[in-house]
This record gives sequence, structure tokens and C-alpha cells, in this order.
Amino acid sequence: MTNAFASVAQVRDGLKTINYLADDGIAGVVYLAQRLGKPVLIEGPAGTGKTQLAKSVAELTGARLIRLQCYEGLDESKALYEWNYKKQLLRIQADKTSDSWSEVHDDIFSDEFLLTRPLLEAISAPDPVVLLIDEVDRVEVETEALLLEVLSEYQVSIPELGTITAKQIPMVFLTSNNTRELSEALKRRCLYLHVDYPDMEREKAIVLAKVPDISANLADQIARIVRSIRQLDLKKAPSVSETLDWARTLILLGVDHIDAEQAKETLHVLLKYQTDIAKAAKELSVDE
Amino acid sequence: MPVIDLMSGFVGELRRAGLPVSLTENLDAMEAVKVIPIEDREAFKYALGATLVKNSSHWRVFETIFEVYFSLRGSQYNIVDPSEEQADEFWRDDQDQAQLGQGEGRGAGGGGLEALTPEELANMLMRALMQGDQAMMRALARQSVARFAGMEPGRPVGGTYYLYRTLRNLDLDNMLAKLMEAGKAASQRETTNLEQRLAKDEYEMRIEQFKKEVEAEIRRRLVADRGAEAMAKTLRKPLPEDVEFMHASREEMQSLKKALFPLTRKLAARLARKRRHGRKGPLDFRNTVRHSLSYGGVPAEPKFKYPRPAKPELMVVADISGSVAAFARFTLMLVYAIQSQFSKVRSFVFIDGIDEVTKHFRATEDIQEAIHKVNTEADVVWVDGHSDYGHAFEVFWERYGKDINPKTTVLLLGDARNNYHASQSWVVKEMRKHARHVYWLNPEPRSYWNTGDSIVGEYGGHTDGVYECRNLRQLEGFVEKLV
Repeated sequence: MTNAFASVAQVRDGLKTINYLADDGIAGVVYLAQRLGKPVLIEGPAGTGKTQLAKSVAELTGARLIRLQCYEGLDESKALYEWNYKKQLLRIQADKTSDSWSEVHDDIFSDEFLLTRPLLEAISAPDPVVLLIDEVDRVEVETEALLLEVLSEYQVSIPELGTITAKQIPMVFLTSNNTRELSEALKRRCLYLHVDYPDMEREKAIVLAKVPDISANLADQIARIVRSIRQLDLKKAPSVSETLDWARTLILLGVDHIDAEQAKETLHVLLKYQTDIAKAAKELSVDE
Repeated sequence: MPVIDLMSGFVGELRRAGLPVSLTENLDAMEAVKVIPIEDREAFKYALGATLVKNSSHWRVFETIFEVYFSLRGSQYNIVDPSEEQADEFWRDDQDQAQLGQGEGRGAGGGGLEALTPEELANMLMRALMQGDQAMMRALARQSVARFAGMEPGRPVGGTYYLYRTLRNLDLDNMLAKLMEAGKAASQRETTNLEQRLAKDEYEMRIEQFKKEVEAEIRRRLVADRGAEAMAKTLRKPLPEDVEFMHASREEMQSLKKALFPLTRKLAARLARKRRHGRKGPLDFRNTVRHSLSYGGVPAEPKFKYPRPAKPELMVVADISGSVAAFARFTLMLVYAIQSQFSKVRSFVFIDGIDEVTKHFRATEDIQEAIHKVNTEADVVWVDGHSDYGHAFEVFWERYGKDINPKTTVLLLGDARNNYHASQSWVVKEMRKHARHVYWLNPEPRSYWNTGDSIVGEYGGHTDGVYECRNLRQLEGFVEKLV
């Protein structure tokens, strides 16, 4: 890769310049992934910037981002490659007279008739790429096995063509919302990174960086309130993206100092369950 | 010590603590160590974590072991003796500043932290907490351990004992109230409730942080005294899924609760998937004939009935007396979290009387709140509030027995410690006759069964199976089997 990182600090500072505030853990793992040439498996609650990390690393290294969105029922032909049957048929029908069987056979199973899908595309790309395999926990356990060859050897085997090996090792990020336990085989091949809710200082910095025109005072208050809310026993704790939404809402409403009333009225931006909202509202206005 | 020896000891300890570390992961960690300098402790820790720990709930165990093994290095540099002097310098700087700033002039002659009276120490701690002064908090933690813990080399006492001694002397319980008051006094205007609440959270966090510093300090000293291996052994704690319900500390309960939520989600997803991907059912004759029309009457495409395995009806009958309350709570939480997998769930709790609590769960979405209501509102005491399985079962049969039908699965939860009352085990026998299955879940280790007043054998003989459910892992395994 053209611009490789020299140290953990460099990763952190680099990410900061493009408004992704990484903590030591995140920066360390990204650095390590690049040095060791291993994929990174990112787990954590929804809305903590897992996907954004991959995007930011791509932006930072000037690499192209190739994204594979996982879903139930994802298969080989959507993830790896597929033969372009229609084109193959056309080729066979185009000149029936001249070619011998073996020639046609060799011809229709060549690069020209291969449709590359994200995984193969990432492997065969000549330029630096970042491969993002999003929400890998959504595919079935059996489909997971498709990924193993790509992740450990950076190659794809196509029976008709042979093995395609990566020209350069792409950076790979897998994200998971932890709806099911991923297989040992997959975990073993990856570096593991758990991205949790940021601590207060970092959240404040994130709000300051991402929301234009916000005062330091308001950002501080927002971060404090969110931290207090996260300590409650909620169905779904507010995520970073929801914190940002809330900050934007408050800016739009022209608030520069939150009091309990305003907090209560805008809680629905932060929390998405009625029971949670009721609980938080009660908690925030409680008399000590 | 060469890094490789340290690493192999470290990985060995991780494995002994129950983390599944494979050989390749070990090799990866070695690779990682090569590119990350060990001097950068934080980065080093994350590098090891990323390669060795692949489950976020294991992170805390990892962290503890890491502290033990890799503080060794630190101790050679700066922990044991030089630290005191460092602390002094910290303090002197601080003191100078304080004198400049506030002219408070404590001037405790040469001013080492040792020279302070306990009251002064407490005051300083309060100030440090107030301002969130990290360096000062660390120095004070060090000093308090040196002063209050009374650590003696070679004494085989666990860290918790020292921790208790240190914290008792610092009186942290009242610290929060004091901080709140001081905070109120410091701000000129009237503070709103919201502000107070936020300040309280902030102080609580700082106190918690200070406690952690104290704990880390004690651990560092113990490691220096006894060596990493012995220390790791005494600190070895079970993973959240292996914590026993009956002996969980408060902190462990918290982590159990945290572990329960993702577990139920995973369980529900897995069960739903299992239901969907079941094998094909019997031939659907009508549908096959219908589709044969498009092939000119030839049944070329056989159609099968989509299997719809019946969802079981569940009746949970739980003992909620003190000794097994935690277990009952977790089982109820788990069952209600995946109640979509059952066609109907009814729950009953008893001590020596019995009461139905289904309505509490129906009334609210919030399981925690429902459990709280069960604990406070259910009418479960008949005579003296000591477990009487016999009477509870008898009443259960009288009142609800007719509701048991061949679709029902009955779960009986408890340790069957009956306080030598009559067992009335005929009720369980009757239940089994009418229900689809009757299972008994016992939170006690198998070796304790049928000792003392435990009569689980007498009941168990009439059930379809008695299962040991000491921790989340076993409970999860059972529930999956049940569905």
C-alpha cells in the first residue's frame, strides 16, 4: 500500500484529520491489521461507528472501498463470482461453424465471461482497496465458509479458471451486530475489535467534530446527559449516531443550555422505545 | 524475562481461565508483539487483546490477567520504592500550586504524603476527586494502600481483604454526599435537578475510578511479592457464562445481567432459524396435483407440507426463597425474553404459598420491572416464609392443575430443600400424567443433591428429567433443548 502507517499514533492522528476520532484500541488494531495483513472483525452495539471506521480508513489511505452487504440467503454468485451465462450462450451461437469443441470450451470459461462480485473484485483489484463485509452475522453459518479462503489466503479458487491470488493484500473489515455467535474458524482468522460506546470525553469530541456550530458548553452537557442515560437499564441505549441527531436537533431548536424540560421533550430523538423514554424522563427529573 | 516466556505464561493462564486460545491465535499474538513495542503498554494490551480474545465478554478476564502478567515489568521500573518519591514530587508540585493559588499554606514540613494525618489525606482525596485530578488520585491511591492496607509480605491473604481494609479507612461511602455538598457550595447560583443528577454521575464515576486505582495498586504489590503465577491463580474468576447463580457476588450479578441480554437475542435468532430450516414435511398431495397441471398432469414437481412444529405451552413454577432467588429470576428473565418461541407462558412463584405472576409480565414490556413486581407483590408466604414445596405443589394442583394439558411443558425450578416438610410428590406424578413434559431444574451442584433436606430425588423420579443449571451456559443449553 502506498501510504502505510508507521505507528499507532500516526493512525490515530490520521483518522482524526478526517473526523474519525479513534481511541487507542481502535487505532492500535487498525495499525496491527495493516502490519500483519489480517482482516479485522469489528463487533459492538449498533451505531457506534463500525462501518464508518472502514470508510474512514479507506478515505485515509486513499483506497477504493468495496462493500459487501450481507443478508440471509447471500450465496456464492452474489459474493464471489458468477459466469455470465447469457454472454456464453451468445458466444456459442455466434459462430457455430469454425471452432472445435475444446476451443469454445476454453473460450467461454475465460475472464471475459466472468462477472466479478465484491470478494473477487477486491482480490483482483490492481489498485489499493479496502474491503468491507458488512453485518457478517446475517449470513448463515454455512455461507460463512465462503469467506474463509478469501480471508486467510487472499485468494479465490474458480474450478474452471484456477486460483486467483491477490496482487496486493487488501485491508478487510468485517462488522457484526452480534446477533449470533460467529464460527470459531472465522474468528480465528481475524483480529478482534470490540467497539463500545465512547467514554464521555471522546463522545464530546465526536459531537464537536461532527456537528457544526455547536458550543463546547452544549456538547459537554449533551455528552454528560447521554452518559447518564446509558447507565440506566434500557432496552436500547442511545448510540453515537443518535447522540449526534440529538445535538443537531437541539441546534435547530436554538438551544444552548439544556434544562430538564427541553431534555424531556427531545428525548424521542435519543431513545426509540416508549418504555425507555418514560424511564429516562423520570430519571432525569427526579428530586435528589 | 524474555518476552516469549512471559507470553507463554500469559497465554497459559488465559487458557486456564477458560478462554479458548488456539495455537494460531497464539502465533498471531507473537507476530503482533513484534510490531508493537512493549513499552507502549496500552497499544501492547490492545494488540494482545485483538489477537487472543475473540469475545467481548471475556475482555475483563483478559484485562485482569494482563495487569498481573505485565505489571511485572512495570514494577522493575517504577512501582515499589521509587514510586513513593515520585508521589512526593507530585504532591510537592501540587502543594506548591495550591499554596500559590489559594494561599492555604498547609506546609506540613517537607510535605511527604506520609506526614499527613488521615483527615488531611481525606481532604486531599476529596479535592482530587472534585477536580478530577488523575495524577493526584493515583498518588493518593498509592499512599492509601501503603498506609491502610497493612500488607505483609508472604501473607496468603487475597487482594479483596486489603481492598476492604483500605476503603474502610477512606470512608468512600460518605464521600459522594460530601462531594455533592461541596459542589453545591462551589456554584454560586441555584442548581437544577438535572445538573445535580449529572454531577452525581460524574462523581460516582470518579470514585469508581479511584477504587480501581486502589485495586490496581494492591494487585501490583501482591504480584511483586508473590509472583505473577500465584497471583493469577488467586485472582482467577469464572467467565460470565460460568458464574454460579447461587454464589454470584453483586458485581458478578451485574455482568450476568449484561450477558443475559445478548444471549437471549442469540438464542431467539438461533431457535427461529432452526424452526424455519427444519426438514421438509410430508407430501402435500393437493398442492402436488395442483402443480402437476402445468406439466400435463404429470406430477413432476412434488410439493411438501411446510412443517409447523407446535410451539410448546410453558408453565414455570419457581421457588423464589432466598437461597435460589437469583436462579429463579434469571430463568424467568430468559424464558420471557424468548417467549415468542412458546405459544403461551404462565409463571408461578412460591415459597410456602404459591401465586400466579403471569399478569405482571403481561402488563409491562420491561422484564426487569416485572421481576421487581414479582418480588414485591406476589403472595407467596403461607406460614413462616420457609420453603415448603409440598404445600406449594398441593395448592398449585388444586388451583391450576386442570389447566395442564398434553401440550403443556411444566418447568419446576428449585433446589428441593423442603425443610423436612411432607413432599407431596404425588402432585408431580399427576402433572406428568397430564402434561407433555415435566422437567426439574436444580441450581445446586449435582453432588449436593439429596443431601440434608434436599429431596430432589423423590420429585425427580416422577419427572422427565432433572437438570443441573448452575450457570448461564447450562441454562442456555437446557432452554435450547426445550424448544
